[in-house]
Amino acid sequence: MSILEVQNIQKSFGSIEVLRDISFSMKKGQVVSIIGSSGSGKTTLLRCLNFLERPDGGRIVVNGETLFDAADPATQREREVRRKRLRFGLVFQSFNLFPQYTALKNVMLACELLARERPDYRANRRAIQAQIEAEARTLLDKVGLANRMQNYPWQLSGGQQQRVAIARALALKPDILCFDEPTSALDPELTGEVLRVIRSLKSDDRTMIIVTHEMAFARDVSDHIIFMDGGVIVEQGNPYNIINNPREERTIQFLSRYQTQQES
Amino acid sequence: MQLFLEQFPIVVRSLNVGFMQTLKLFCVTLIGALPLGLVIAFGSMSKVKPLSIFTRIIVWIVRGSPLMIQLLIIFYFPGIVLHKTVWGGGEAGRFAAASTAFIINYACYFSEIYRGGIQSVPVGQEEAGLVLGMTKPQIFFHVKLSQVIKRIVPPMSNEIITLVKDTSLARIIALQEIIWAGQAFMKSSQGISGAIWPLFFTGVYYLACNGLLTLLFGWVERKLGYYKV
Repeated sequence: MSILEVQNIQKSFGSIEVLRDISFSMKKGQVVSIIGSSGSGKTTLLRCLNFLERPDGGRIVVNGETLFDAADPATQREREVRRKRLRFGLVFQSFNLFPQYTALKNVMLACELLARERPDYRANRRAIQAQIEAEARTLLDKVGLANRMQNYPWQLSGGQQQRVAIARALALKPDILCFDEPTSALDPELTGEVLRVIRSLKSDDRTMIIVTHEMAFARDVSDHIIFMDGGVIVEQGNPYNIINNPREERTIQFLSRYQTQQES
Repeated sequence: MQLFLEQFPIVVRSLNVGFMQTLKLFCVTLIGALPLGLVIAFGSMSKVKPLSIFTRIIVWIVRGSPLMIQLLIIFYFPGIVLHKTVWGGGEAGRFAAASTAFIINYACYFSEIYRGGIQSVPVGQEEAGLVLGMTKPQIFFHVKLSQVIKRIVPPMSNEIITLVKDTSLARIIALQEIIWAGQAFMKSSQGISGAIWPLFFTGVYYLACNGLLTLLFGWVERKLGYYKV
């Protein structure tokens, strides 16, 4: 069964149609990359999945549960949005770490706030807190920042900040982890460390959706690639075929432009 | 010199009393205007258009007209125009009127500082909180508030230092603050008459008070200096 099914998503900002009839599905443990030029709607699609934007049409189904259906107001209640969001994690292009907290606290904060809602929170406060901290330390260790836990974001490089952001998103154990151009704000020499972390997540069988401009990375890490242009999915399929053997004219154009950029 | 030394203790005692009233007005204004300013800030940022327009008009009127005129209107308007006594008589009545005028005036200034501080927090901070499953109040208190405070300390310290000096405007409705106390010696008070130096000397009180406040705000800024936004 699919872990995620996106059906006919449609979204407009005013009179501009940003997403038109977007449909795709993915299985547990799969990695889907979304490529396309700026303004093609990739980021808006991720934002719709994370309920930062509300689609005007379509359905989002996770693990068989309809999280959103534009035709069914019962799926759009504001107070349930919060719980539904937790199915997805989102790593932003600009990291968006909380500057006043250490790396460790950045990873722990949301878990701490959620734990307060547990019925046994008062009774087991210390144990819960200790467990959250232990998990946060494990995650930071996993992204290679064991010796940076007590640093504040401004003391970290962009690549380190992005790795903290990945650990922070993982801490809430989302079903599907989304990346919105995770390396676009980084100096070229720092992208490698972030991409390595994402690769290591793939080997953990984590379900991921990655919006990226790193074509080689998308080809190597993905099980499936979606090429978007002008708010529609132009072509999707096997990574090798899409990148090395595109069929659609627009895909060919996009990739050739990309290759000339790479070479220049 | 002999005369000055004789006058000095008398004047200082009198100025101290006046300065207590100045400090009282200062503190009451802060206690009232700091929270009221936040309410006004949320009003002017409200998505309910009529509310935000109404709030912005009030802020425009209050910031756009002299505090001295606001003091006079708040103190005299109820009695002269409406024939109602609102403020009661004597020093207590004058103090109540002065506090009201100062709280409203400063709340409007503070509200703009708060608004600037809140709106300057990048939208990505809120979005990061949302995708991590935080509620809006949690995002405000655990993510934004500290950043807002960090950003508004410098403009706030400016405004609060101005407030110390602005309390002297309450002299216009004869509140017995430190300027009033100093001026009394120009005419005649406690056997001293025609002395202008006590009025000049009040400046020392303002300077000392603002010196302490500058130190305090410097300390707060250093406390929040451990991170960068």
